[in-house]
Amino acid sequence: MIVRILSLCLALIGGVASVAQAQDGPLRIEITEGVIEPLPFAVPSFQPESGDAGQMAVDLARVVSEDLVGSGLFREVPASAYISTVSDFNAPIQYADWKAINAQALITGAVSVSGNTLNVKFRLYDVFSGAELGSGLQFSGTVDGWRRMAHKVADAVYSRITGEGGYFDSRVVYVSETGPKDDRAKRLAVMDYDGANVRYLTDSSSIVLAPRFSPSGDRILYTSYESGFPRIYVLDIGSVQRRVLESAEGTMSFAPRFSPSGNTVVYSLTQGGNTDIYTMDINTGQSTRLTNTPAIETAPSYSPDGSRIVFESDRSGSQQLYIMPATGGEATRISFGEGRYGTPVWSPRGDLVAFTKQNKGRFHIGVMRLDGSEERLLTASFLDEGPTWAPNGRVIMFARETQGAGGASSLYSVDISGRNLKPVRTQEGGSDPSWSPLQK
Amino acid sequence: MNRILTATLLIAALAVSACTNPDRFGADGMNNGAANGAGLNGGIIPGSANDPASTAYFQQAVGDRVLFLVDQSNLTPEGQATLDGQAAWLNTNTDYQAVIEGHADEQGTREYNLALGARRANAAREYLISRGIAASRLRVVSYGKERPIEVCSSEACYAKNRRAVTVLAGGLTS
Repeated sequence: MIVRILSLCLALIGGVASVAQAQDGPLRIEITEGVIEPLPFAVPSFQPESGDAGQMAVDLARVVSEDLVGSGLFREVPASAYISTVSDFNAPIQYADWKAINAQALITGAVSVSGNTLNVKFRLYDVFSGAELGSGLQFSGTVDGWRRMAHKVADAVYSRITGEGGYFDSRVVYVSETGPKDDRAKRLAVMDYDGANVRYLTDSSSIVLAPRFSPSGDRILYTSYESGFPRIYVLDIGSVQRRVLESAEGTMSFAPRFSPSGNTVVYSLTQGGNTDIYTMDINTGQSTRLTNTPAIETAPSYSPDGSRIVFESDRSGSQQLYIMPATGGEATRISFGEGRYGTPVWSPRGDLVAFTKQNKGRFHIGVMRLDGSEERLLTASFLDEGPTWAPNGRVIMFARETQGAGGASSLYSVDISGRNLKPVRTQEGGSDPSWSPLQK
Repeated sequence: MNRILTATLLIAALAVSACTNPDRFGADGMNNGAANGAGLNGGIIPGSANDPASTAYFQQAVGDRVLFLVDQSNLTPEGQATLDGQAAWLNTNTDYQAVIEGHADEQGTREYNLALGARRANAAREYLISRGIAASRLRVVSYGKERPIEVCSSEACYAKNRRAVTVLAGGLTS
């Protein structure tokens, strides 16, 4: 069998995703400047290979489709258009029938249930080339975790066609919000990236802010007013056990993030009205001061290699972005555009910084290179803030608060090209999202 | 809703405990004159806003909050005048401690506003210390933009939300 090599042109900066629609060329999504045309695919219901897998077979195909369509890079050809049916996972594909309805990619799958174990197989076909794209794959998991199996299939499809890592098998931790602006209740929640499987991690008896995933995705850091003062807590998502990271009486600590190793926390500490950046060894509690100016220095975020930290400071007189070595020392300003810049977050690819920008009474989520060049604003509204990166560095989630007395916050996502802006489904209002790494 | 209820109950409890606290209106020399004088007038309800030693009086007559300009933590002349009144009151009512709560309006990112609220609370604290209040009696906390009291998205509301509020603690239990 000839293994088809997909050619991919990734112009990440200034990139606008587009789909090459060359009907006689290789199946590919080319991410570059240009016109956007989502790639059409078909995903017939999976084949149930055990008696009780019928509903699962339907649901798995539906979630695979929702993932791909939701990325903005794919378009589903509806089942009503199908000429062929797929009645056997191993039967030959009638390429002509799929070509006739312009399904460029065809995804087939099979599912069997044995006790609480779910087995899912899938194949991806390049219809116009008349060949399988990559080898079939099989995933096993629990019946309860069936959505993860669908996300894994969708990640594999996304990855094979775009040449980039997937992001569907991931979670988001965020602050779930209810109540009016002057009496808002906040509690931590974790959910699948698409809003499914919500679980609440704290109650709303104290203000909780800005949860952040550990690099392994099993713990979170967050800020709580449980003691009456803002303090940083570390919480194990599985057991929901938490502990406070001690800080001196009379201080406030907030804005924590893990280092890529997971052993160090970088955060802000306020003492006597002055806010600086510190690190703490999460095991020993030993802290180190990284900045020492009268300015507000906060919202630190590590580079993926752990060597540098991007943060915001108003040392110049207004909120701007800076990069310094992870051990402290001289910081270099990187934001120079009009307005104020805050909440920088280093992309998992290491190439970009996402930020919140305020200018002329509007808020924007944007991205820039590490030297501040090629700034690109992805959104604009009354109040957008707090970007977080999808594990593949292609999508950003953030919170948008509406204006006025009835204002409420909810989660949105957008491509780093500025395309595919859409709300993220949550049961209640949401703010301060943090995207997990891809699950193992 | 719950917070409002809690606050109401708290004020009620404070009022009751003020009535039953012999130290405050008996042995406490500092308050004797005022309390007795007021008592002779017959119009003073201990713990209410016309009892000069009450938290209600502090909140309403002295003024428990100072306001700030956009993205500023400098005290305005009005703010300084209010804090002068607070300092005088705290110098009289020495069994009270206070937590100064700093707040920001919704125009700003969450972390920055936390730090800005801390600057504001600290500005008020430093001023009170400069007027003779022991630093050990004054703590600060910032709520950033988490606890607005006005909900509209215009300057009329923002101006009231950019505040440092001196919240009294202790005193009545001593």
